[in-house]
Amino acid sequence: MKVRARDPKQVWQEEFEASPSRDDGLETSTISGIPLQPLYTTADVPRREEELPGRYPYTRGIHPSGYRGRLWTMRQFSGFATAAETNRRYKYLLANGQTGLSVAFDMPTLMGQDSDAPTSRGEVGHCGVAIDSLADMETLFDGIPLGEITTSMTINSPAAILLCMYIAVAEKQGVPPSQLGGTLQNDILKEFIAQKEFIFPPSPSMRLVVDSIEYCAREVPKWNTISISGYHIREAGSTAAQELAFTLADGMAYVDACLERGMHIDDFASRLSFFFDAHIDFFEEIAKFRAARRIWARWMRERYGAQLERSWKLRFHTQTAGVSLTAQQPELNIARTAVEALAAVLGGTQSLHTNAMDEVLALPTDRAARIALRTQQLLAYETGVANTIDPLGGSYFVESLTDEMERQAEAYFKRIEEIGGVIPAIEAGFFQKEIADAAFRYQKELEQKRRIVVGVNDFTVDDEEPIEILRIDPRLESEQAGRVSEVRRKRDGARCTNALNRLRKAAAGTDNLMPYILDAVRAYATEGEIMQAMIEVFGTYTETAVV
Amino acid sequence: MRALARAITLVERRDPGVRELEEALRTGAKSPGVAGFTGAPGTGKSTLVDAVIAFLRNQGSSVAVLATDPNSPFTGGAILGDRIRMQRHALDGKVFIRSMGARGHLGGLSLATREAIRLLGAFGFDQVILETVGVGQSELEVAAVADTTVVVLTPNLGDSVQMIKAGILEIADVFAVNKSDIDGHARVVAELRTMMNMAPKTPWRPPIVPTIATRGDEEDAGLAERLLRDGTPYRTAEEILDRTDN
Amino acid sequence: MAKVAAKPVRIVVAKVGLDGHDRGVKVVARALRDAGYEVIYTGLRQTPEMVVDAALQEDAQVIGLSIHSGAHMTLFPAVVDELKRRDATDIVVFGGGIIPDDDIAALKKRGVAEIFTPGTPLQEIVDWLRKRFPEQTRKP
Repeated sequence: MKVRARDPKQVWQEEFEASPSRDDGLETSTISGIPLQPLYTTADVPRREEELPGRYPYTRGIHPSGYRGRLWTMRQFSGFATAAETNRRYKYLLANGQTGLSVAFDMPTLMGQDSDAPTSRGEVGHCGVAIDSLADMETLFDGIPLGEITTSMTINSPAAILLCMYIAVAEKQGVPPSQLGGTLQNDILKEFIAQKEFIFPPSPSMRLVVDSIEYCAREVPKWNTISISGYHIREAGSTAAQELAFTLADGMAYVDACLERGMHIDDFASRLSFFFDAHIDFFEEIAKFRAARRIWARWMRERYGAQLERSWKLRFHTQTAGVSLTAQQPELNIARTAVEALAAVLGGTQSLHTNAMDEVLALPTDRAARIALRTQQLLAYETGVANTIDPLGGSYFVESLTDEMERQAEAYFKRIEEIGGVIPAIEAGFFQKEIADAAFRYQKELEQKRRIVVGVNDFTVDDEEPIEILRIDPRLESEQAGRVSEVRRKRDGARCTNALNRLRKAAAGTDNLMPYILDAVRAYATEGEIMQAMIEVFGTYTETAVV
Repeated sequence: MRALARAITLVERRDPGVRELEEALRTGAKSPGVAGFTGAPGTGKSTLVDAVIAFLRNQGSSVAVLATDPNSPFTGGAILGDRIRMQRHALDGKVFIRSMGARGHLGGLSLATREAIRLLGAFGFDQVILETVGVGQSELEVAAVADTTVVVLTPNLGDSVQMIKAGILEIADVFAVNKSDIDGHARVVAELRTMMNMAPKTPWRPPIVPTIATRGDEEDAGLAERLLRDGTPYRTAEEILDRTDN
Repeated sequence: MAKVAAKPVRIVVAKVGLDGHDRGVKVVARALRDAGYEVIYTGLRQTPEMVVDAALQEDAQVIGLSIHSGAHMTLFPAVVDELKRRDATDIVVFGGGIIPDDDIAALKKRGVAEIFTPGTPLQEIVDWLRKRFPEQTRKP
């Protein structure tokens, strides 16, 4: 008797359904809630023209040679306490072969306040280095040749001021701005959406961003003027698709703003860079990175009509997810970070920061910071993952998830457009509400044990051994406050006041503010004074409460 | 201040003890001027209220705000988030801000609002500003309590027609079309004009004031002035002028 | 429709310090709302003076503080001190954020009633409040 051949997938389906399944009540969707099938096959991947690395739409990477040409840059972010202490750490890092620096500023600096402001109390030097004026910046980069290194500065609302300080230090070293290389985060939209380190209202904030992009295109052409960041959106509790969609939407808003200023797309597009989170849901993250490149390339070419290939390529930095780290059994964070870093590498990141295991508690100790860097070196040199370009390309699952990410992002773009664009959506609290909803859903899932965080809601231990953490000397605050008042005393007061007055006047007009800020910086106006001059014209912003 | 805050709590709880307190305070109490702000969520009511506080403070008036938000019908809990927009007045001793849960009461205000206004008057506040729940429906109570009712609309939320259906047209002494710098503003104004032309003639024709909140103090003050003066209801025009000139 | 509590406990929830990380504070605010509390959310970058002022005007019984910038040893005690200055020590202060164990002990000595660190189940916070304010909690 001859049996008619049955569809093998059908057979598998029946066998799967007949098999016992785990009844642990755990979610089988991604951490972002995307439902997953137990198996993906050819049927889940649409037929499309073969995608190749280095070729539009760059789903498989922007370089034809992947990591065979060049490994990702291992760029660890650091900065603490005073400019002098951080300067010593930088010199140590550079002596050990690091070629790029990445500056972490303390909260008062990030919020445009001087160290002696009343609201700076308890904050000086805690989350990064305290910079109040050009004098501190001179100390920070003392003996470091700015023409030979690249520097990444994580700062947003006062970004233009810190960039001007960097330019001014270079001037003193005799290095022209055209030789300076580095990256400024300068992404104010995600501040309104997620990290909330905003100061001015959205429209003057955007003006400052465009001013710096326009100025750098002319004067500091090797500088990456903005790092459009999904990292903080994700850390605020968003899903992977929200991170992807909101970040790319921000990117398009910057493009629109620059075009409105009269710039040409190909003159600035290749200086836009991105910054994503690498979270713990492995495949979802890889799909997110792949989708990001494909979407951006298409929008840049199709919608914005960019002609140059380099304008189509989405380059990004990645940091492993701080929010996935736990204070409980903190050594587990090493394993989490390794998995996340692997996702970033398989997703084709250009540079990577791996978190230290104790970052959830305080600033990293030397030992924890070293393990974090070693984790990247282990991936690069031991595991062999860098040998093949986009090794998961063609995986039914990863390709299907990449398409799903793209679909969800496009749906968000549509909704944002319906609200009237990114800024109206910020003012209406749209992003904030979406993120808060996602964060709350995830928390509920944890409480119901539908998701497990090892060491937190399962596999806990009773007696946690305390781990060693780095503490900042409380005397530092008054010392730094002393330094800023000394700067105020010693500088040419009339020159400083004049520069601030000219800045105030320019802010009320339409000139590019960068030259005015640079003049104020050169006159040793403090960061707080420069911000205050602009606040007098621009006002400050309070967000709509979206809980 | 704590005595006032506690008294409002007693009123909210419908505590019988509040009667005595009120009797005691009634002598010498003046009745404050009351302006009400209503409109859908996201229209920027709180930001406008913030601007009006600044304006009234410049005029030398003391100002109290009663901002109402809904309670969950299931748990009774609430998140009251209107203060956040008014934080620049936080340490001004002549500004008192109280967030109230509607606690199941429909109509856009708390059941305790009227009594709370009386208490505020007794404690010497010149002006009271009410902010309604802002679900955009059946929030008509504010018109009965306030001297001037400001209805806030925005171009981008597609809410204008809903509001009009809900009877908001009739209660407005003034319309604020907020976020007037974004597209669609002209359409909302045109829609409102059409609706008003279709409605029965009344002695007071509410002006339509375009507003852009968050533009800095000076413009805020100008905006608040227009809302309160232009928006002066026919019947109480003189009163309001007196009040703002204090 | 469930009966609304006649006397809901009112909690002022605030972010002190300069950082803007509000994921935790928002999740907690929602959980407290869902547990029947009236939560007055005052938003970011509140100074101790602003927090206490809000708590007094709002007649709150509890203040919940959140911080992630590392300034908790300065700012949490400053809120407690401000309550003393305003003669309002009956208001209970609790806090949350990335706070090392040693600091928790020190903060409790300074008058902060409880500290919840990341990973604390929301129910634990609610249970703690229920124990502190049994008489005013809604009957299910």
